[in-house]
Amino acid sequence: MSKHYSALALARHALDPDMPWPKAWESPEPKSSYDVVIVGGGGHGLATAYYLAKNHGITNVAVIEKSYIGSGNVGRNTTLIRSNYMIGGNTAFFEHSLKLWEGLSHELNFNCMVSQRGQIVLAVNPVQMDVFARRGNTMRLNGIDAELLDAGEVRKLLPYLDWSRDARWPIHGAIMQPRAGTVRHDAVAWGYARAASALGVHIIENCEVTGFVINDGKVSGVDTSRGRINAGKVGIAVAGHTSHVAKMAGLKLPVESHILQAFVTEPIKPIVDNVISWGAELFYLSQSDKGGLVFGGHIDGFNTYTQRGQFNRIQTVAECAVSLMPFISRLRMLRHWGGIQDMTPDGSPFISRTPVKNLYLNGGWCYQGFKATPASGWTYSHTIAHDQEHELVRDFALDRFEKGKELDEFGLGNWTYKQ
Amino acid sequence: MMLPCPHCGDRDVSEFRYGGDASKERPAHGTGDLQTWNDYVFLFENPKGPHTEYWQHVLGCRRWFKLARNTATNEIGGVVS
Amino acid sequence: MTTFRRLPKGGRIDRAKPVSARFDGKSLGGFAGDTLASALLANDKVLVGRSFKYHRPRGIVAAGIEEPNGLFTLGEGATTEPNVAATMVDLVEGLVAKTQNAWPSADFDLMAVNSILSPLFQSGFYYKTLMGPSKGSWMFYEPFIRKAAGLGKATDLPDPDRYDMRFAFCDVLVIGSGPAGLAAALTAGRSGARVVLAEQDSDFGGSLLSGNDAEHEAWRIACVEELKGLSNVEAFTRTTVQGLYDGNLAVLVENRSHLRPDAKKGEARMLLTQLRAKAIVMATGAIERPLVFSNNDRPGVMLASALRTYANRYAVAPDKRAVIAANNDTAYQVALDLADAGVPVTVADHRAAVSADILSRAGAKGIAIFPGSGIFDVEGSKGVKRVKLGGTHAVTIECDVVGMAGGWSPVVHLSSHGGIKPKYDEAVAGFVPGGFAPSHFGAGAMMGTFGLSAAVAEGANAGASAASSAGFGKTRPIYAPEHATDRTYAILPTWTPAYSAKGKAFVDFQSDVTIKDVKTAHQEGYRSVEHLKRYTTLGMGTDQGKTSNINALALMAEYRGITIPEAGTTTFRPPYAPLTMGAIAGRTVGAHFRPVRLSPLNDWHAKNGGIFIDAGLWKRAWYYAWAGNSPETAYVKEMELVRRGVGLADVSTLGKIDIQGPDAAEFLNRVYVNGFAKLPVGKVRYGVMLNDDGIVLDDGTTARITENQFYMTTTTAQAGEVMSWLEYLLQMHWPELNVQVASLTDEWAGMAVSGPKAREALQLAFPEADLSDAALPYMGCKDIRFDGVTVRLLRMSFSGELAYEVHVAADYAISLWEHILKAAASTGIKPYGLEALASLRIEKGHVAGLELDHRNTLDDLGLGKMAGKEKDYVGKALRFREDCQRPERWSLVGLELMEPDKKLRGGSILFAATDEIKGHGRGYITSVTWSTELNKFIALGLFDGGLKHEGEEIIAAFPLKNEQARLKIVSPHFIDKEGARLHA
Repeated sequence: MSKHYSALALARHALDPDMPWPKAWESPEPKSSYDVVIVGGGGHGLATAYYLAKNHGITNVAVIEKSYIGSGNVGRNTTLIRSNYMIGGNTAFFEHSLKLWEGLSHELNFNCMVSQRGQIVLAVNPVQMDVFARRGNTMRLNGIDAELLDAGEVRKLLPYLDWSRDARWPIHGAIMQPRAGTVRHDAVAWGYARAASALGVHIIENCEVTGFVINDGKVSGVDTSRGRINAGKVGIAVAGHTSHVAKMAGLKLPVESHILQAFVTEPIKPIVDNVISWGAELFYLSQSDKGGLVFGGHIDGFNTYTQRGQFNRIQTVAECAVSLMPFISRLRMLRHWGGIQDMTPDGSPFISRTPVKNLYLNGGWCYQGFKATPASGWTYSHTIAHDQEHELVRDFALDRFEKGKELDEFGLGNWTYKQ
Repeated sequence: MMLPCPHCGDRDVSEFRYGGDASKERPAHGTGDLQTWNDYVFLFENPKGPHTEYWQHVLGCRRWFKLARNTATNEIGGVVS
Repeated sequence: MTTFRRLPKGGRIDRAKPVSARFDGKSLGGFAGDTLASALLANDKVLVGRSFKYHRPRGIVAAGIEEPNGLFTLGEGATTEPNVAATMVDLVEGLVAKTQNAWPSADFDLMAVNSILSPLFQSGFYYKTLMGPSKGSWMFYEPFIRKAAGLGKATDLPDPDRYDMRFAFCDVLVIGSGPAGLAAALTAGRSGARVVLAEQDSDFGGSLLSGNDAEHEAWRIACVEELKGLSNVEAFTRTTVQGLYDGNLAVLVENRSHLRPDAKKGEARMLLTQLRAKAIVMATGAIERPLVFSNNDRPGVMLASALRTYANRYAVAPDKRAVIAANNDTAYQVALDLADAGVPVTVADHRAAVSADILSRAGAKGIAIFPGSGIFDVEGSKGVKRVKLGGTHAVTIECDVVGMAGGWSPVVHLSSHGGIKPKYDEAVAGFVPGGFAPSHFGAGAMMGTFGLSAAVAEGANAGASAASSAGFGKTRPIYAPEHATDRTYAILPTWTPAYSAKGKAFVDFQSDVTIKDVKTAHQEGYRSVEHLKRYTTLGMGTDQGKTSNINALALMAEYRGITIPEAGTTTFRPPYAPLTMGAIAGRTVGAHFRPVRLSPLNDWHAKNGGIFIDAGLWKRAWYYAWAGNSPETAYVKEMELVRRGVGLADVSTLGKIDIQGPDAAEFLNRVYVNGFAKLPVGKVRYGVMLNDDGIVLDDGTTARITENQFYMTTTTAQAGEVMSWLEYLLQMHWPELNVQVASLTDEWAGMAVSGPKAREALQLAFPEADLSDAALPYMGCKDIRFDGVTVRLLRMSFSGELAYEVHVAADYAISLWEHILKAAASTGIKPYGLEALASLRIEKGHVAGLELDHRNTLDDLGLGKMAGKEKDYVGKALRFREDCQRPERWSLVGLELMEPDKKLRGGSILFAATDEIKGHGRGYITSVTWSTELNKFIALGLFDGGLKHEGEEIIAAFPLKNEQARLKIVSPHFIDKEGARLHA
């Protein structure tokens, strides 16, 4: 059995096909009590558990997942990572996340296929170029890579875009972040789970939280479908269902649940080498290592917990795909699916303490949950360990709306469904 | 989804614009302190189940209405007066 | 060596119509009625491709949509279409097909080395390696993995074909035209209901098309004839129902590729229908599943039912001998039909005993049966040479083809799209629908009902129920063919190969997932069906696991020691089959991607040198040829025209809202921060609206036309938002206000007459109107009659010059515009465009889109004093949130470039002179222009503390171009601070 993954281990197993691989993570029965219980075995919950153990030495930790680990948005997103943020309070956090991504496969000894193929965001008018310039300049001034490309430079990189006179909105240029890219999403959940499990964290699947044990404004455990589990501290990380779970602790939040759809085509040989986003309408596309074009657009736009999208949104996204890249017209969509994401009135997340003592909240990720995963785990584990928000997430506060401190990265107003 | 516009009848969801949670009581004009307005504007029940919400038949008769819909199933309960 | 041959007679092919296609550069002959797959087999092309990962030789497995192996690239150049299942392609003249994922050829593929290295390439190997030596090493390995992955090669040329979309409605949609579907459609049709029958195959009949029974065929033809004769029934072939969505929306896609449609003639390659059905009958049939045994992927190992289809429908049959591996009775229908076609058949039946009925019927046709036996191994590298059996009869049989009869999987996909999970049925040994929505019904094999007469009865029943649920009463059911005998199914599921040798035993052919991979996934803890799928890539191919999913999850259940229902199933997601992107997008692509909004003056601009630019959906005149041919310089000339003479600009894109009613003044007083209650008739006022959160929503002007009628303008960008917002407040929250609002944005045109000579120009245009400062003062308005038409004059200015807006019904826009230019020609009046318009407003310090970005408060924009102290207005409460009142917020300033040799750019980040140039700075530049008045670059921007820093020198950094420039903070009103020009 090779606990450590490597080419050598793979070769040993190849030579002896009957030698079994160890389980990636253990599935213990839940104990009656833990120092910390993390509710939600998605990317954020698992990363939090890993960093609690790794950075803070807290290993008596359980991650409780109602289904299988990674069953939520970590396995439903379009796998993009980037740190092109310009609002103070976002920039440093997401750059920290990207730096963690860059070392993640080594950190976890699990190849998450962190592919820094560069993201190109296309501008469709001169005003948008100015808006992009502000973003790019801010990134540069914060030590983050960014390049401004004119139309000619974009055309050299992406000759297959619609450069014809037929294009409804001609491409004026782009902003590129070369270090942005994609990551194999499922591997992130599995990699964190395996590494956390190796440090002693209990990963408990098929265990649904049904309530919080709260006395005198202080949480001391959770009730689950597999019985009560006592906990010194409890961290919620169930984005998509944050309101639903927080309500059990008596919290009402600035969050609504919305469906974001995602799409994949049949696998084809490499043709799109970067992550491409469009300034005309929200649309983003990359090609997976398996060969499928993976893409998405805007949320359907009304709150729902059903993971089924509406067809009119599917059409909108297909129209974007074909209009931007006319060759896609002949390719075929294999699957479309939906993920439920927390939407907040300013499009930004929460990592914070809550009015309930020892209960912590991580949620409200809107479109950016996946790319935030490592930094979210890093800062949330700190917040839980020290009962004090990590300095990178001071602005992800729950009370920022009543204080007028919205973190509005895109200036879209206070409607969750328009963010 | 097909939504029941009170004026035009059933129409495809693509003709409508969503207007958010309609179960919240908007403070009467000129009333309400900062906290009341904060809760009204920024906090949501966000239930997994029955929900009342605003929609406008924006690509049609432009009628706004309140709709009952189940957020767990997308089942339409009908127009709420 | 011959494996398959065309039978001398029979089949549904039209031997009078030979067809020639191109396959790998050579001619491939067949007949009308052939598919590409049947033509390949008829031409004895058995090895037709290489597998995804190991590059093992592969042949066609199925005869329908579930085909995992026989994927080809169709077309050439811009019409290239990779990964198309040959079983779904009509053989037509001119068809071009190529093998893919093999080099140099499918027969001799150098990538087959992967097969030797296969122990290294087990499931998930890439998660365990390719990480070193350094952090970024994956970037070195990734290109190799990417090149090796992917199936066919796509073109990067634009698709020349055309796709159509339509909306439709019906009472009953019947999906599938097998016996159950035909019965359902006819029974529903006889009730008078509007019926749509959708069939994905090229002909109606489903499994009947694969049979050879004359009476069944007569029944099929009678049904189809009657359906065609019913005017209330529409029946479509080559039409796949790809998904069911909320609200009984079915998405149908008809493939017309076989007609070789000509886009230039407007012919569509595919037609997507969004069909709203009151009731839906699913008669989607079942798909046979393979058996898992050593080397079950050899070319020539096929689904047993496919052998029957090829023999009966396409007259293509094995040349020497077929061995059928079975675990259920349906294998014998295949054996009997093959025997009828003259093919010697051996059946290895996993079950210890076979019924007497089968023994006698099979015996009569010379079919050898080995009960209690299964396949141990298949030999022959590029085709089947022989099979070795294991079990009771461990014999070796020379043969060229192997049929796999592993039982049937009902096609439950559509019934699951609405969120109802399928349930496991022990008798079927497969998943059947777990229930139906109230207006949905199922019939036939998809329900696990496999016998012909039972399926017809169930179909007729479902058709009647569907018609009744759609509001139709009386109908007359259709009955099965008189002599139809429902044979038994009697399956003994065999998930684990009982006798298999150690060769690779494939669970998923297309994704190259073997039984060993499932075992590995189990060992490593990837045990939930979703983990299994994601870890091994099982079911992720173009076939979406139609033949593989159940075998895999049954194996996993066995390893876990739980039942199949406990293991559950993966989610069935739309689309049912690969769905062409062009068909989804339809005609809403390219120039038609989004509607183009044109000003009523558009044609004039186009004919008179207007150069256009996109502004949202609008095409706006950017600048005019009279001022030059470069956007960099033309706008400067146009600005000079306005500052020194008079110019005419099209402002029709502004939102224009008519507001009427006794409470209109009160309404405006609520939505604007400043007072409107006492606005006198004949006056215009600038106003700002906040959102509920106290952030600026929009600005604009509103004129009081009469006591109870107002005329509002909004910004171009926010016109729709503001209109909906006003309607929302009136309809949902303030019913006590008697006010009506109507958008006039498209009904009215607006033009700005600006410059010191504006009054002179306007007087020349309207000689009878009193335009004196007394009669029409600054911020005055009046309607005049000109040439029998109402013209609305509003004296207001965006540029800071003496200016008027002239509004008129859109139909008169061009004649009025031309009239003004002609009548006022002596003033030198000329048109100016959007760029000059936007630059003039910067000089005057008016905020616009880049400043009104949903992030700024009134105070940020220097407009705080406008808000009424006593009155209430929308957004007032939250305007005073703690951080919104912080004095050091970024707020509006004017900026002048201090270094004449440099250029100022929008998006620059601002720093105090002594700051280190890093971080987020103290603000940024929103809008930049060359100022003709000041002869330098000026800008508007937001700066920490705003005008408290007036007069200070600061730095603008633009690191993207390595530029920095020194600026001075000034008032945003660069010109005419006292407003003398406005009041002239």
